[in-house]
Amino acid sequence: MAGCRFYAGYPITPATEIMEIMARKLPEVGGVFIQMEDEIASLGAVIGASLAGSKSMTATSGPGFSLMQEHIGYASMAEVPCVIVDVMRAGPSTGLPTQPSQSDVMQARWGTHGDHPIIVLAPSSVYEFFELTVQAFNLSERYRTPVILLVDEVVAHMREGVILPARDGLKIEDRLHPTVPPEWYIPYADPGTGVPPMPAFGDGYRYHVTGLYHDVRGYPTVRTDEVEPLIHRLFTKISEDYDRLQWFDSFETEDARVTIIAYGCVARAALQAVQKAREKGLKVGLIKLKVLWPFMRRTITGILDNSEKVLVPELNIGQISREVKRVNQSRCEVATLNKVDGTPIKPAEILQKLEEIYP
Amino acid sequence: MRETAHLVHDYLRSSKRFPHIWCAGCGIGIFMQALIRVIDQSEYSKDDIVLISGIGCSGRLPVYVDFNTLHTTHGRALTFATGIKLANPRLKVITVMGDGDAIAIGGNHFIHAARRNVEIASFILNNNVYGMTGGQSSPTTPHGAITASAPYGNLEPDFDICRLAEAAGAVFVARSTVYHTNLLERLIGMALQKKGFSMVEVVSQCTTHAGRFLELKSPVEMMKWQKDNSVTVEKAKQLSDAELAEKIVIGVLVDRERPNYHEQYQNLLTEKSKV
Repeated sequence: MAGCRFYAGYPITPATEIMEIMARKLPEVGGVFIQMEDEIASLGAVIGASLAGSKSMTATSGPGFSLMQEHIGYASMAEVPCVIVDVMRAGPSTGLPTQPSQSDVMQARWGTHGDHPIIVLAPSSVYEFFELTVQAFNLSERYRTPVILLVDEVVAHMREGVILPARDGLKIEDRLHPTVPPEWYIPYADPGTGVPPMPAFGDGYRYHVTGLYHDVRGYPTVRTDEVEPLIHRLFTKISEDYDRLQWFDSFETEDARVTIIAYGCVARAALQAVQKAREKGLKVGLIKLKVLWPFMRRTITGILDNSEKVLVPELNIGQISREVKRVNQSRCEVATLNKVDGTPIKPAEILQKLEEIYP
Repeated sequence: MRETAHLVHDYLRSSKRFPHIWCAGCGIGIFMQALIRVIDQSEYSKDDIVLISGIGCSGRLPVYVDFNTLHTTHGRALTFATGIKLANPRLKVITVMGDGDAIAIGGNHFIHAARRNVEIASFILNNNVYGMTGGQSSPTTPHGAITASAPYGNLEPDFDICRLAEAAGAVFVARSTVYHTNLLERLIGMALQKKGFSMVEVVSQCTTHAGRFLELKSPVEMMKWQKDNSVTVEKAKQLSDAELAEKIVIGVLVDRERPNYHEQYQNLLTEKSKV
């Protein structure tokens, strides 16, 4: 429904089901599915298909996500829209292939080398997975950037009832196509929004695409007055729209003395813990993050200003909590609850921690 | 001669990109001209062609020519090419790679592209060395050669790219040198016609780096070496393995038919759309 018509992938637990479903579904809607020889090749094919005009995606898990980093950087530099799903397992290395984890948060941000912008979305339910997948395609098309859907194994394998919106009720965004004749087209010139229009290969707009720093025509350059504006534009095209990327749900935060900041399957446990705590008369709330990167500094600052303490439970050694502490600047006390034994955090564990730290 | 030069100019991007980065005496330019001449004679328009490269000296080729051009990552040109051909089968997809690019870091992609048989015309410019990084051993550097990364002599045997392509399933495999330009053009033309994965190994000279370990001092000497050491496929059949040991066998090595991936996929789509 998001308009995806190309999938290239490589089998990997716990993300293989996405590939199997795409193998079945894409031919039914005239789309292309291909199983590649590895994850590097998968994302290469995805980027190629996107350059040829197809909305494209792939899905993987930790080890495959590591291999994809090379081409995430390429898509970022060459500004090719694509969507990458990472169903997280505990790492490093082969790690725990079948157990839930949230330990790729920092890799999703900084996994590929060099300064680069990235958008990372994190669903916590089946419906949100659907909703954010549509949004992932929309954002990748709008900003011409790779978008990563970061999911834990619990949410990825979850089955629950959902009511999907009608097809025409969904807002689907497509990349801007140039309106000028080919001889006037300057592929990487900033039209004012920071996002240049993008034709497909074969449309008659012959242009050059490279992973090297390039000038507005796409040709390699080392000129300081061309290199720096490019990297700045890559960042500002997304950061200038920062207000449009504050996606979160809040529960009982108005009068909360302790606020939980959570995402993915942990946010589900946290919601139950908040409900139980409220029954016990504790004034606690929850902010569920749907966007992890760019980090929602503004939203989090508001929470930190209005709470006495915040609690960041995560299935890792402390990744989003580092960001929260960075933004915190001594506003309030930041407590963490980290679980890295391969099992999900239970509501009771969060509740116990809440009672422990409750002022 | 003037006519030829004029024709090539019609296909070069005039804006900003010259002079090119290749050393004087490099063989890549000879290949580029040959490719342009063949495309000019073909049915393809500039808009139909997507020219894709990896990283290295050969990787810089697409930027100079006026097609849809894509300079990808090291060794991965064929993966992008696969995605483009499948997303828009109308496009004529061509890849240009180097020996280290295609056979070392891109070896996995190379054998699977050949096996899968998506219609891609691929050209491997084999100069037996990593040129851009300063003359290190590549998978096609001769055994015993002294290189920047093998100062005491290369201990590894070299790869026969054509035999690799044949074993992996390429439907068209051929070899030429840049000295044999007429043959080169004929092979490029045949590769572009082929409805599957085709590969032409283009033996080229790196006078800056490979010239040193091959003890050939100038581009002219290197091209003479190509001339003197080449034998045609036909002639090679009459020679023993020992006689062929140091020779470059040129001509069409494999030309066969096999179902290609994207046509099978299009058939699947047609079938599914009827349901």
